[in-house]
Amino acid sequence: MPIITIREALNQAIREELARDENVFLMGEEVAAYEGAYKVTKGLLKEFGDKRVIDTPITELGFAGLGVGAAMAGLRPIIEFMTFNFSILATDQIINSAAKMLYMSGGQFKIPIVFRGPGGSAFQVSSQHSQALESWFAYFPGLKVVMPSTPADAKGLLKSSIRDDDPVIFIEQERMYGNKGEVPNDEDFTIPLGVADKKREGTDVTIVARSLMVPLALKAADTLAQQGVSCEVIDPRTIRPLDIETIVESVKKTNRVVVAEESHPFCGVGAEISSEIMERAFDYLDAPVKRVSGADAPMPYAKNLENLAIPGVDRIVAAVREVAYLE
Amino acid sequence: MASQVIMPKLSPTMEEGVVSRWLKKEGDKVSMGEPLAEIDTDKATMEMQALANGVLRKILINEGESAPLGQLIAIVGEPDEDISSLLNQVAAPAPKAQPPQAQAEKVEPTAAKVEAEKPAPQATAPQGNGSQAAEVTEKTASGRLIVSPLAARIAAEAGIDLRSLQGSGPGGRIIKKDIEAAISKPRSVPVAQGFPRAVETRSFQQVATVGASPYRDEPMSEIRRTIARRLVTSLGPIPHFFLTSEIEMDRAAEMRRGINALDPELKISFNDIVIKVAAAALIQHPEVNASFQEKVIRYYERADIGVAVAIEDGLITPVVRSADRKSLSEIAGEVRELAERARSRKLRPEEYTGASFSISNLGMFGIDEFTAVINPPEGAILAVGAVTPKPVVRENEIVIRQVMRVTMSCDHRVIDGATGAKFLQTFRKILENPLYLVV
Repeated sequence: MPIITIREALNQAIREELARDENVFLMGEEVAAYEGAYKVTKGLLKEFGDKRVIDTPITELGFAGLGVGAAMAGLRPIIEFMTFNFSILATDQIINSAAKMLYMSGGQFKIPIVFRGPGGSAFQVSSQHSQALESWFAYFPGLKVVMPSTPADAKGLLKSSIRDDDPVIFIEQERMYGNKGEVPNDEDFTIPLGVADKKREGTDVTIVARSLMVPLALKAADTLAQQGVSCEVIDPRTIRPLDIETIVESVKKTNRVVVAEESHPFCGVGAEISSEIMERAFDYLDAPVKRVSGADAPMPYAKNLENLAIPGVDRIVAAVREVAYLE
Repeated sequence: MASQVIMPKLSPTMEEGVVSRWLKKEGDKVSMGEPLAEIDTDKATMEMQALANGVLRKILINEGESAPLGQLIAIVGEPDEDISSLLNQVAAPAPKAQPPQAQAEKVEPTAAKVEAEKPAPQATAPQGNGSQAAEVTEKTASGRLIVSPLAARIAAEAGIDLRSLQGSGPGGRIIKKDIEAAISKPRSVPVAQGFPRAVETRSFQQVATVGASPYRDEPMSEIRRTIARRLVTSLGPIPHFFLTSEIEMDRAAEMRRGINALDPELKISFNDIVIKVAAAALIQHPEVNASFQEKVIRYYERADIGVAVAIEDGLITPVVRSADRKSLSEIAGEVRELAERARSRKLRPEEYTGASFSISNLGMFGIDEFTAVINPPEGAILAVGAVTPKPVVRENEIVIRQVMRVTMSCDHRVIDGATGAKFLQTFRKILENPLYLVV
């Protein structure tokens, strides 16, 4: 299997879906002529032309709304936000229109749209450009939220998202575009939404990690294995619908959980997962569920403080040792 | 800190335990997991492990004495530690005995009044000790018991008293590891060596009255107490009636000889045949394979046959499950194995509870006929006598036949005379023509 970056995997997914279905089109800031701020859309304008790959003005609310309208009319738009920080401007279209249209039209209008782009922290881009917004979108019924952590997941999940008839928020991690991994060449390769992936088998502690935290959790598991602690790493991949069964099944085996996330803790996805585990696997818990989250503060610009604000391997290791009663 | 040793729950029906032997003396060093004492529960003799390291400072219950669950029976602590406050708690006068409320609420108002005036019978046995113990555990548990949900669940399933454990988690939280340690230890120790008891020390009391026989009072073992308690709940409240039938066993004996000749290893006994035939008859008469419950009559799908086994100090009825579906050789093997373990007191609770019908056989003692007491809540029990040659009249001639007499005790609330008689008729028909077993 070819080894490619997440950036290339996403590019493959979009290219294959543009070729597969003429109703699919791509729209966003700098996606066409400049080939994407992060070069995810490289070569697509040349290959598919300016009716399928469309540059927009800096008007997030406007082109998000355009996308929702196109979806109502039967097209399958992919809307790129240069980063998800800018999706905040478009939330009225995403939440009030895309998420609710199927319900409010009594099932008359499906909204097969993908809002995608980088999210989470990057490198020293400070408070307004370092936000993990998944819990915002996952909060609303009507939206699906996807966060891949490997090139293969990125490709398979994006293809499924484009083919899905519901609006999907597809959050790519800004620091991870260059991460490499094996990706199937197959045009029919897809990964179903709503299915978690066991990234590592273990017996003592379950680490639930998504996006940026997955490689860190795997490193932590390596370190802990040397200390005699066997960790199971579960990557939900889809935040909504959440594959809680896989998580609970793992917890029933290990009896201890750490949820790692780069987002703020308050009302975060980790809080939701903790609550679900408590409700579904209370009698299997030998220790309280432990969250490792980003700092409950705006992201600092200073590099040393930024490092402290984002969970690292050492914090995950410490949390695992705590729930395993090794501290 | 001094650690309190309390009477642990060692069987699902245990309400109190007798210290049959202390394995440590006061002043002996003890370490966690080491056997501290042998406890007679209502069903078996179990070893009780120390749950803390230190020195056995004080024994509060002598050998042969009983204590209710949770009562403080000893103190383990540092050699020079002050344990006077703990001892004071034990010595303190017992607070007013709590009336057994649940009991009182169940009886009718007038009865309740009478009840209230005299001490409730249950409370009399452990009386003072019991209420003291309750107080001690209450006081020491003033800080909440901290336990992980998983640990609490495993402990409940294993019947482990969380109060007897020291948690190893933060703030003394009892975690999975602690329960697993508690579970693995008592089981790994053989209980057999608990038996040699100081028989020679038992002497007879001389009686003042001239000519009267000397006697000795022996503390009742837990199993004897359980038998006593259970049997008065049988013949007393259960309206028994009895049906006796005489059965020709010539063909059954022939079949037994034939089967055993096939394979000497099989060793099928008459009792095994009786179990098999009773199971077959029960399936044909489901109204007898039943028990009286508070509001319903419970009918069983399969014939789970309790087989009374005499053991030192009493009897126990291990259960042959689904006897109707088992072959004679399976039944014979199972009965042999269960009886063996019953005699060495190694039966698990689920192996001696929940039968749908019982059989008691005193044939080997040369008993021709007897009546047995129903093992509640079962609906009936079959008392089986010896197989003996007897002269009988057949076609106006006196001939010799192998004859066995059985008497079924029935709970009249479940089984009526005719119902029981029909069952016995079938039972007899099959036993006299065992070929029915294969048709």
